[in-house]
Amino acid sequence: MNPVPARAIVIGASAGGVQALLTILPALPADLPLPIMVVLHVPADRSNVLAPLFASKCALIVKEAEDKEPTRPGVVYFAPSDYHLLVEADGALALSSDEPVNYSRPSIDVLFESAADAYGAGLIGLVLTGANADGAAGLKAVADAGGLALVEDPTSAYARPMPEAALRACPAAQVMSLPRIEEFLKGLGQA
Amino acid sequence: MSPVAPHEVEDIEIQLLLEALFQRYHYDFRHYARASIKRRLLQARTHFGLPSLTALQERVLHDPEMLPQLLGFLTVQVSEMFRDPAYFRALREQVLPHLRTYPSLKVWIAGCSAGEEVYSLAILFREEGLFDRTMFYATDINPDALRAAEAGVYSLDRIRKFTENHQKSGGRTSLSDYYTADYGRAVFDKSLRTNVVFSDHSLVSDAVFGEMQLISCRNVMIYFDRPLQDRAVGLFKDSLARNGFLGIGSKESLRFSRHAGAFADFVPEEKIYRRREP
Repeated sequence: MNPVPARAIVIGASAGGVQALLTILPALPADLPLPIMVVLHVPADRSNVLAPLFASKCALIVKEAEDKEPTRPGVVYFAPSDYHLLVEADGALALSSDEPVNYSRPSIDVLFESAADAYGAGLIGLVLTGANADGAAGLKAVADAGGLALVEDPTSAYARPMPEAALRACPAAQVMSLPRIEEFLKGLGQA
Repeated sequence: MSPVAPHEVEDIEIQLLLEALFQRYHYDFRHYARASIKRRLLQARTHFGLPSLTALQERVLHDPEMLPQLLGFLTVQVSEMFRDPAYFRALREQVLPHLRTYPSLKVWIAGCSAGEEVYSLAILFREEGLFDRTMFYATDINPDALRAAEAGVYSLDRIRKFTENHQKSGGRTSLSDYYTADYGRAVFDKSLRTNVVFSDHSLVSDAVFGEMQLISCRNVMIYFDRPLQDRAVGLFKDSLARNGFLGIGSKESLRFSRHAGAFADFVPEEKIYRRREP
């Protein structure tokens, strides 16, 4: 499949995303050998409840991303509400309060594009359910840099527009149902 | 020759462009966090319709009139008045009672951008009866931002959010007491800036200019790399009076700073620190 071993995973989700991530993330083992960075759109004032919610259900360590924080394998980093999350060339995380992109802050495109620069072919990008088009340009950047592009099957997704937009921008992306995505990500630990 | 990915060529272009800006105009973005500066430069390239960052460099080197526009892309932050109301509430309820004991006060808003925080603090200090004994220093590196800050004019469609934030911050008055509406704009009362000095100052290259009781520098240092953050925090350390206060952005931290030991947590959840005794 992917000739370059994956070094990081980025995930973007919007409407229905909490449920979708609750299907995937708790199933992953604590010794997953790479970090996961997540942008999940939630209202800005519903602030920062995501990390505690997922931490209580996951074997992986789950935390809110901090500025200049180095990433570690086996840790899930959520973008804080009202900040963009980016990855620097050395793999450290960065936050910004630049203007919203695709009406979103955090924006999936901002995370995916910077992570594609940082990890190149070593990145897996995954676009899940959502009712907008954020993440489409980002997923294309992941594929253009040689990374693996994955999209939740729009026909079974809670909201179709975001995975559909991602597929239009990045037709080479692999389409998978949530259970299939879960299996695939679990397999990364058993290479 | 080994193959080079397009983004690696872009990285070289970014480095050269930042070097050119520094040598030609003495604006130093070389130690800004690279991922964000890259987004901003690529936005500028698209805006000017140029094929590459090298072309952008060529233009700005030879055409000084390009500089203000490029600076706009590289520096301007859209903020809100009373952004993160809990921060202003913590200042009001926990920091100002300490400041009240001083006969005169100096407050530095570092990286004031278009002035939203300057007016927020001026209103807060007026509500708490400290305005008349306070001198505010509002600094930025972008002359256009400083002009906007000094003008204190904001689009009326932003006022609803400002008002909501002000109330959540524990505001004792109505925000509408401080501006007049005029053709879709809110013009803030010039009496709010009688005690404000707007000034060009760079956290990258300039020095201490006064002894402050409070410094507020929010969502500015997240754009800096570690060594530059250390410089800025060192500058704040040297600018604060004994027991002076430093407020930073809600997602920023002094934890990783070389100068962390010079500060004690004061309101940790709002990232308000207090200078330790030297």
